[in-house]
Amino acid sequence: MIDLFLEFWSLQEPYLVWVLLGSVILGLSAGVLGSFIFLQKRGLIGDVLAHASLPGVTSSFLIFADRDPLVILLGAVVSNFLGIFVIEYLVKRTKIKEDAALTITLSLFFAVGIFQLTIIQRSGTAAQAGLSHLLFGQAASLTKNDVIILGSIAFGLLIFIALSFRSLKLIIFDRQFAKSLGCRVFFYEALLSLAVVLAVVIGLQLVGVILMAAILVTPPAAARYWSDNVLIMIVLAALFGALAGAFGANISYLAPGLSTGPWIVMFLTAVFGISIFFAPQRGILTHFLSHCSHKRKVNNENLLHTLYKIGEDCGEERCHAALEDILAYRNMEKRELHSTLKRLRRKGLVKLRHNYYHLTRRGLWRAKLITRKHRLFELYLERKINVPADHVHHMAEDAEHVLSSDIEKEVLEELHLTNKDPHGSKIPIVEHMPREGR
Amino acid sequence: MIGPDTWIIIIAVLAALSCALLGPFLVLRKIAMLGDAISHSVLLGIVLAYLLTGTFSPIGMLIGAIVIGVVTTFITQLLQSKGSLQSDAAIGVTFTFLFALGLILIALFARKVHIEPECVLYGEITFSPWNTIVVGGIDLGPRAVWSLGFTTVINGLLVWIGFKPLKVTSFDPVLATSLGINVTLWHYILMTFVSITTVAAFEAVGVILVIAMFVIPASSAYLVAKSLGQMIGLSLWYAVLSSAGGYYLAFYFDGAIAAAMVMVSGAILIFHLLFIGKYSVLQRLIAKKR
Repeated sequence: MIDLFLEFWSLQEPYLVWVLLGSVILGLSAGVLGSFIFLQKRGLIGDVLAHASLPGVTSSFLIFADRDPLVILLGAVVSNFLGIFVIEYLVKRTKIKEDAALTITLSLFFAVGIFQLTIIQRSGTAAQAGLSHLLFGQAASLTKNDVIILGSIAFGLLIFIALSFRSLKLIIFDRQFAKSLGCRVFFYEALLSLAVVLAVVIGLQLVGVILMAAILVTPPAAARYWSDNVLIMIVLAALFGALAGAFGANISYLAPGLSTGPWIVMFLTAVFGISIFFAPQRGILTHFLSHCSHKRKVNNENLLHTLYKIGEDCGEERCHAALEDILAYRNMEKRELHSTLKRLRRKGLVKLRHNYYHLTRRGLWRAKLITRKHRLFELYLERKINVPADHVHHMAEDAEHVLSSDIEKEVLEELHLTNKDPHGSKIPIVEHMPREGR
Repeated sequence: MIGPDTWIIIIAVLAALSCALLGPFLVLRKIAMLGDAISHSVLLGIVLAYLLTGTFSPIGMLIGAIVIGVVTTFITQLLQSKGSLQSDAAIGVTFTFLFALGLILIALFARKVHIEPECVLYGEITFSPWNTIVVGGIDLGPRAVWSLGFTTVINGLLVWIGFKPLKVTSFDPVLATSLGINVTLWHYILMTFVSITTVAAFEAVGVILVIAMFVIPASSAYLVAKSLGQMIGLSLWYAVLSSAGGYYLAFYFDGAIAAAMVMVSGAILIFHLLFIGKYSVLQRLIAKKR
């Protein structure tokens, strides 16, 4: 296996170079174009167009009776544009919604193609061989000429996108605004459609119908998790696409019996899976972790606040409290309480002596800080927003954890400083942070 | 004795009817593409059922279909809610993955699995009259008639019994929630029936016909119907018309029957777009003249 792998990457066989190059170019351009249709929220159009290519191919075969790739390509382009027209017409001129319009176009066009295909097969024309490759694709059949055509078209596509990037971006994010600026929306949209159609038609021969849809939709979906910047997203999508292409070419060399397309999709889905879980900022794992850390922060602060209140009631700021005392003041799960206390002790904010907990000096300072925020906000809610005094506690309970010291200052200015909260408790005044805890 | 041609028409009509019963709900809920996705990913369910049981037993395939339908729906929903992915991309990523997995399994176990991917796509209705069920030496008729007949009946029962909740959840999910109807549950129920229908129909008529019959008759009906009941009725009527018309079209040109049925249903839709209802070209011309 490893020998074969090395053999592949030493690229001794000239045809391998072309297969590899072709797959990489296809993946790359599909990634770029897919990003645009992804941002237009039309990710499934690739699927539809891939199906809608079939009647074009079979019609041009029936009419011209030969397998000249250029004729077939032209037929597919024509039927794709017809498909786009049908979708647009149904969505804009009738009450049929986009999803149904896409499905209608997909199944109707594909059925016409299959109908013609069966007629071709039953008539037994010799040249029909290879038409059914369209359905599932065959990357290993790439020749030098194919790759040169593919490469020049892809190069043209990239140039077009690079030159009109600003306009395309504008149209995708705010079509109406682009129109009002005098941008030639129709022109760019038509060109973009042409680009997508070309990519689909060419890609079909390599990866087949269903998998063409994947190559257009999955790389941008994965790339979206890594960046909020369009350009970075497009570059990443292109990279994922290109890698998938290389991977597919590799697989089709290692195991010639397997078709390339499904493996490319597996690779892409793996990339997508990694992205959705591990991408910074937008990934599920990041979300989960930040959720956990926020929850910990809330628990910490709530407990400090509680200990401060206990202290107020017993008349000694750093009063010693048993677990039961704390539970009496704040309804909390025992397990959560234990882990929170453990964390606070580790941070040196709380100390344990003979089963009694008490705040350290730094703990007291932090507790005052949070209590102050809580009570100031309660006061603010009551005075400025006219929330009844018996309602303010719960709202402040949420807000105290997210109030910054700047907002605290503003609240203070609004209130012209009082020192009692709506329940009559004193709002603590916080001095500088003490040097060491004890 | 019923001849093979009659059987073919019966199978075609049953397949079309079972799809056209559910179609209106897919169209109204704007989830037609989810139906498309499920009908592709069902391939994986069939392959898995075959690999696990070693036969194409109807029960195994049914369970495989149900599981895959629920899995597809679940993953797309998960990607949307937890992964905050837009719905089109969620559907695209999910079904291409499941479909590709199915293709890979077929390729890896090619000697064991006798599934032609092409056959899944456009079916072999022409041979189905000879694939009969024989119990105790008595020929009970083609298998497809039984499976599709069963599907048509359970789909009919679903629409009949679940008419109200399906209707409310389709038109106004918020109202449905406030009425105490479980919107998610009905979504999953509908999707489960969609995948059962796909599995029952794919062998005879292929995936493409299933998708088309879900959406095209229902869309034609949607353009003219004034109530949900009317829409379902019209959708069924168009489905029957398409099957009959498709059979003769295919016979005349010697092409695939399933594909011809889709083409006829497409012709019905085009006829609507041109002449019938307030969205038609004809109406627009009349309105212009006034």
